[in-house]
Amino acid sequence: MFGAAEAAGAVEPGFLLENAYVVPLVMAASFVLTLAIGKRLGKHASWIGIVSIGFCFLFAVGVNVQWYGYVHDSEHAAESHAEDGEESHGDDTEDPAEDEDAARAEDPELPAGDEGALVVPAAEGAGPMVDGESASARGPPTVAAVAEEGEGGGEGHAEYTIEPVTKSVTWWTNGTVEFEVGMLLDGMAVMMLFVVTLISLLVHVFSTDYVAGDRRYTHYFAFLSLFSAAMLGFVMSQNTLQLITLWELVGVCSFALIGHWWEEKPNSDAALKAFLTNRVGDVGLLVGMIILFFAAGQTFDIIEINTLANTGDITHTALLVASLCLLAAVMSKSGQFILHTWLPDAMAGPTPVSALIHAATMVVAGVYMVARMYGVFWNGLVIGGSSINALAVVGGLTVLGGAGLAFVQSDIKKVLAYSTVSQLGYMVMALGVGAWTAALFHLFTHAFFKAGLFLGSGSVAHAVHSFDMKKDMGGMKQFMPKTFWTFVICTAALIGIFPFAGFWSKDEILAGASQLGGDGSYTAFLVVGSIGALMTAAYMTRCIYLTFFGEFRGAHHGEVSHGTEDHPVEEDHLAADSGHGDDLEAAHDPHAGDHGLPHESGPRILVPLYILAGLAIVAGFANIPNSGALSWWPEDFALVFEHLFEPRGGYFPSLTEAGPTGAVFAHPKFDIVIALSSTLLGLLGIGLAYAWYFKGLGPHGITQRNRLAGVGHRILVNKYYFDHLYTGIIAGGVKGPVARATNWFNKHILDGVVDGVGKGAVVGGRFVYETIDQKVVDGAVNGSGYAAEGGGQVFRIMQTGKVQQYGAILFAATVVLAGIFIVVI
Amino acid sequence: MDDLMLNQFLLLSAILFSTGVYGVLAKRNAVIVLMSIELILNAVNINLVAFGAHNGTIAGSVFALFVIAVAAAEVGVGLAMVLVIYRNRKSVDLDEVAQMKG
Repeated sequence: MFGAAEAAGAVEPGFLLENAYVVPLVMAASFVLTLAIGKRLGKHASWIGIVSIGFCFLFAVGVNVQWYGYVHDSEHAAESHAEDGEESHGDDTEDPAEDEDAARAEDPELPAGDEGALVVPAAEGAGPMVDGESASARGPPTVAAVAEEGEGGGEGHAEYTIEPVTKSVTWWTNGTVEFEVGMLLDGMAVMMLFVVTLISLLVHVFSTDYVAGDRRYTHYFAFLSLFSAAMLGFVMSQNTLQLITLWELVGVCSFALIGHWWEEKPNSDAALKAFLTNRVGDVGLLVGMIILFFAAGQTFDIIEINTLANTGDITHTALLVASLCLLAAVMSKSGQFILHTWLPDAMAGPTPVSALIHAATMVVAGVYMVARMYGVFWNGLVIGGSSINALAVVGGLTVLGGAGLAFVQSDIKKVLAYSTVSQLGYMVMALGVGAWTAALFHLFTHAFFKAGLFLGSGSVAHAVHSFDMKKDMGGMKQFMPKTFWTFVICTAALIGIFPFAGFWSKDEILAGASQLGGDGSYTAFLVVGSIGALMTAAYMTRCIYLTFFGEFRGAHHGEVSHGTEDHPVEEDHLAADSGHGDDLEAAHDPHAGDHGLPHESGPRILVPLYILAGLAIVAGFANIPNSGALSWWPEDFALVFEHLFEPRGGYFPSLTEAGPTGAVFAHPKFDIVIALSSTLLGLLGIGLAYAWYFKGLGPHGITQRNRLAGVGHRILVNKYYFDHLYTGIIAGGVKGPVARATNWFNKHILDGVVDGVGKGAVVGGRFVYETIDQKVVDGAVNGSGYAAEGGGQVFRIMQTGKVQQYGAILFAATVVLAGIFIVVI
Repeated sequence: MDDLMLNQFLLLSAILFSTGVYGVLAKRNAVIVLMSIELILNAVNINLVAFGAHNGTIAGSVFALFVIAVAAAEVGVGLAMVLVIYRNRKSVDLDEVAQMKG
């Protein structure tokens, strides 16, 4: 592999790129250090975490800068290398692979099985380089053809590969299978390094104010560190085993942080729910990865698995089953529909944790995993060649389902939680329709504005000590203008108003849905995405109205009601209890009771908000397309994100060569119609919500008057009855009979077996005593005694004591012996 | 010594041996039993000397000398035992010396 890289012009990754593995290690060290000496440092314990994550952030920025150079070098090396194709003929060792590959490129029908063992090592070793090599081997005409194809696809770049920076050590060996730990640094890992460290840093700073005085202050920061470490390790996992391990570690940290205020039963319940719901999907992850492990010839290596999937060396059935199993994991981890129920309950944790979970770590792990194993999903679900597939369906359902639920929440964090569910749906849907870059780009921009929204809600909640918009908020605009404006900017980005970040990423997803796929379009998902945009705009406007406009409905600080009895009926018990959690916090707030009305938060809360709002404005410019109506945009500033972070190599679906599914990976072009229509839908949503809430227009109270509307409202309030389904029907329906069956089993079978064994032992013991011991053993002992005595009785007769008799016998015996002696001889 | 002479010696030896055996088995007096044992030994001695002379070697005579020495020792010990038995029982009747009866 490295020999090939040198032949292609020796692109050296920089020092920081080579050593990026220290980033998670630093955070892990920070975790240990905070736990070890944090208690002694008191409120300065957070400094360990902040300094560590600050260092990691700077490191990640450095990594990104070096990655920029690395990509640039790779591109140039490939171009100059392609121009003088003569040189590469000296590279004899690569020739068989090149020829095979050239043959494959010319004849896509060539069955994979015929290629034998020769190609497989080549695909393993030089996989990412194969395209560039074969292009050069085939000489200038092919290069021209490739370049044409590139331009035809609107890329403007020749086909080149970017070698991922990998480094690994063998953990242990079992037979021929090597278990490795290592890092795999390619575009998406580098991008995630930046996002995770940045969000984590801001969350750390925000938290120093937000959880100040908490009784488990050090515990909190320790787990923030571990959470960051797990996620950072996860994004640069080199093999699937490491991926699973760190995936689980992320889950454990989220469990610990969601249940941070575990004294309240609902909080610990929420933590358990998050953990257990994730277990359901993790089974899928485990099974899927095991299938891939065996299908790819007993390897955990992510690049190798993806490469083999792309070359068609893994059967389509294996890929299909594996990707469906992995999809289950995505559904639980990334809060996709039907396994999303844990995610809103996870709001029981402290708000900065929610921001971290929803923006950068826990929930994006699922999306990231799909992106990471995209070769498997692309080929397994035939993403490029169909117009509907499981991944897109799950994503599409989640977009609408999550957005619908966001309308009826009175807890500001739950609105945002369902918004996250919905936005994750967009990402998964984008991956499902083949718009890989759009999905990752949406992940990138979403991280900033959603973290901004969560921290903004935290800022508001910090002032009013509640998350209940209907009961304790309203009119916050006058008290907290700075928070308000950052919130509005982030909301605009979420809705997708031009030119905020969400506009660009959401538009790219919609363009992908309209242009990619086997029939040229995933039309159904374009519709879903557009409706989702409308709904997003409406529920976010409702959220802003309830929080920042109207009359202030909350109690003044001195008289904060600790009771939760008078919460609205529709209010979920968990929401009430996250309020409890905040009361706990309020009790530690040194400023509590100093003033009457809520007031603006301090700088440690506002500065992260400013930064995130700023990024929510500008992050979208990272991937401005230069096609369609925007084709005038200068190429150097266009599609920077795609150019930098999209993997190019054998382990990713190829832009030029049709894989085993017969589809070529493509990028959507900017479509002014979609951009305008989605923006208009967003504005329409804002307008409708504005008319309804601000102006009081529309049929208010229809849920009471109209039966149908009432049913719809009740379904939404009860969250589509998923919780009833899970805890009531599935868990409740199962646990009773199962408990009875288990009891019966225990009483009759297990106890029967145990009793039977006991009784059998008694009977056996008695038999052994009576028969074997008493009769056989003792009989033998006594019998030998009797025999000896009897023998003695017989022989004593001979013992007369008369010497002469003895002598006579002796003589007689001698005579007899002598006679025998004489006769015989 | 020719074969005829040897036969006569062997015959004498056999008569002596048989007489000895008879004495040992039949007589009750311990002293007579000891004397009969001497007869048996001497029958053997005659055999040894006769065969030695017949074969022209002195090995038989030498062996006979050893037997005589051993017999003297045996008689010494035997008479001592008879004496002790007599002192204890005032009798040398072998039928009465039957403590070993089982």
